[in-house]
Amino acid sequence: MSTMSDPARHHESATPVSREAVRSSPRPDHGSAGGGAGGGAALVADGAWRPARGRVGVACLIFSESAFFCAFIVAYLYYIGRDRSGPTPWQVLELPPVLVNSVALLSSSATIVMALHALRRGAIQQFRLWLLATILLGAYFLYGTGVEWNGLIRDHQLTIATNLFGTTFYSLVGFHAFHVTVGLLLLSLTLVLSLLGHVKPERDHGRVDLLSWYWHFVDVVWIFVFFTVYIVGRQPPGGAT
Amino acid sequence: MSTLSTGHGASTPAGGGSVPDTRRPGAARDSGRVDLMARLHEWTVTVDHKRLGILYVASGLFFFVIAGIQATLMRLQLVVPVNDFLTPDTFNRLFTMHGTTMVFLVGMPVLLGIANFLVPLMIGARDMAFPRLNAFGFWLFLFGGLLLYYSYIGSAGLYGAGSTPDAGWFMYAPLTTRSFSRGNATDYWILGIMVSGFGSMTTAVNLVATIFSMRCPGMTLMRMPLLVWMMIVVAVLILAVMPVLTAAQVMLLFDRSLGAHFFNPQQEGSALLWQHLFWFFGHPEVYILILPAFGFISEIIPVFSRKVIFGYPLMVAATVAICFISLGVWAHHMFVAGLSPFLNALFAASTFLISVPTGIKIFNWIGTMWGGRIRFDVPMLFATGFLALFVFGGLTGIMLAVVPFDWQLSDTYFVVGHFHYVLIGGTLFGIFGAIFYWFPKAFGCKLDERLGKWTFWIFLIGFTLTFFPMHISGMLGMPRRIYTYQPDRGWELWNLISTIGVPLQIAGVSILVWNIIRTLRRGEPCGDDPWDAWTLEWATTSPPPEWNFHEVPVCTSRRPLWDRKHPEDPDEHYE
Repeated sequence: MSTMSDPARHHESATPVSREAVRSSPRPDHGSAGGGAGGGAALVADGAWRPARGRVGVACLIFSESAFFCAFIVAYLYYIGRDRSGPTPWQVLELPPVLVNSVALLSSSATIVMALHALRRGAIQQFRLWLLATILLGAYFLYGTGVEWNGLIRDHQLTIATNLFGTTFYSLVGFHAFHVTVGLLLLSLTLVLSLLGHVKPERDHGRVDLLSWYWHFVDVVWIFVFFTVYIVGRQPPGGAT
Repeated sequence: MSTLSTGHGASTPAGGGSVPDTRRPGAARDSGRVDLMARLHEWTVTVDHKRLGILYVASGLFFFVIAGIQATLMRLQLVVPVNDFLTPDTFNRLFTMHGTTMVFLVGMPVLLGIANFLVPLMIGARDMAFPRLNAFGFWLFLFGGLLLYYSYIGSAGLYGAGSTPDAGWFMYAPLTTRSFSRGNATDYWILGIMVSGFGSMTTAVNLVATIFSMRCPGMTLMRMPLLVWMMIVVAVLILAVMPVLTAAQVMLLFDRSLGAHFFNPQQEGSALLWQHLFWFFGHPEVYILILPAFGFISEIIPVFSRKVIFGYPLMVAATVAICFISLGVWAHHMFVAGLSPFLNALFAASTFLISVPTGIKIFNWIGTMWGGRIRFDVPMLFATGFLALFVFGGLTGIMLAVVPFDWQLSDTYFVVGHFHYVLIGGTLFGIFGAIFYWFPKAFGCKLDERLGKWTFWIFLIGFTLTFFPMHISGMLGMPRRIYTYQPDRGWELWNLISTIGVPLQIAGVSILVWNIIRTLRRGEPCGDDPWDAWTLEWATTSPPPEWNFHEVPVCTSRRPLWDRKHPEDPDEHYE
């Protein structure tokens, strides 16, 4: 795991000597990831658990994002079937295109794993291809969501202000799509940097790994959203249609 | 342990002796002439966790003074019956801004600021895990706060600012829907608090990563100072509940701006959903505010009792237990909202349950003091004041957990008295104690003891005069948030006493501020370890150098500095 960000000071420190001391002193913060040669092993002789900080940071991010999505999922479940006026989910939500979309998004989790494997092997060209595949699959998912929304708005006049279904549907699905978009931007940035030759397998493998955590998280959220919106939420009350 | 020393620090004895003062925060570097702009620039771009901590505390104290002025205005309005000093609208705005400011712009930033300053020092790390994210978090908090206060500028319409939020710090729907809250006041509340909430979340991420990843050699989890344990629990709580508040705020924003119906009862939306989401955040929030204070007390009491903290593992377990239970008590704020009797019973039970780990802590602090050689320096005064007042506030909390009792006293001044006892008697006394205890570490000189004792006693008396009578006026039926009352209710005396306490509290805080300014300008250097303490932050110089430690400290027990001072009797045998 490489250094996420060197705590380099922006202001001038006291003396050049001490600044050098800051740089060269052993770093107790790399823990089991084995920061550098030598020192590392002696530093953690206490056997205490010290994960790499980048991993902890991203894990925290995912934890809090999960709490965020939980609130929207709870709101969605809370309001299912409460509308007095339509359109209702079972009238307008179509399953087949969403299934295709879901398959695309979930396979992108597999392609990013392949990309990561390629990067670990040092096969940079394959890494780029798998990364491109991931981006295309994610982009297809976004496109599919756009088509679905377009249909809902044009054909069924369902907007966020129409009824509670519209309110909760667009918020929940929209926030997921927003997270997909952020992920796509980060993945595209990685691809561009890699095409410019700035991605070094040994140095950046850890960073791309963390990015893949985020991408997997977005996929897992989709599983919950799909289940909430298209399975639970599409059940007509009392079996009537 | 000397194998870990750096080239530079090798010659410096452990604990540092007299190190030149050049690294003092803000001190002029070479020439005697201080360039103000250069210094301001230095503080603006800083990524040093110690400076950011000081910035957090300073901005928190600034907002504290503002919120105090708002509270004073409210007490002046209530001093006599049928007073027309303030209009009802102004009163609504005052209690909204007072509560919001105290919780989000005073409590959290000051506590997180002290954590920012202390945690890396206490675990022997050089900085936080993500220094630049740390700076980003501070500026988010500050700009969020300023955005909230921007709503004061230009009443009724300048830049659409309307006026300040007026629906209470909990912003209950449907008071906050478009129909009842016109203008943009509520939007300012949403956006300001959301932005500073992002700041708190970045700090929480940083704290967790720092504590898990950057402990010095030998610092196992069970050797961490209790303050660090409390802070990690606080950080996890923030990560669990702040996003829920953000989500609720987003929903409210959608309601107000896009015509969504989350909280609009006329469109089948539910006002109760807001209460659930808000209090799912709001109740753990009070533990976010009190646990760091528990941490301060847990560091102060052992040092000033000259005893090891009693029951360290139990304290850790109690802290973690509080973290989990606090996520399941939110609906005790909603006993009068008409939930089912089953739910009421459930949440009453969980509220009783959370008093068990809290009680364990109280007993452990008393156990630590028991038979100790107690020194009543100012930090210890505040710690013992904390114990007394927090126990009282905790007991009224247990009373309120009894559902039928709550049905009688919900939304009365009894509740106001209760939470001020917990949040001022608990959090604020903890903060004051922490300021007195760690000020020498941050600036190299002790705050004046005599003035400190004046602060303590005057503030304590003023506090008691203000908030104790609220329990009585509450039981006599005085509702919260009313801007005036009729003279025939029997509330006049208690309100009069409450208001009389206010100038005393102002005097106490003014003495503290004067004390800080005076000490910063001409304080005597007090050495690196003025309290003869045991944790790692006292092992470096006061103030610490930018890189914190001249050599990476090594920890062999829970009191590494004791081991260093008493090599013949190390602590590890007693753990």
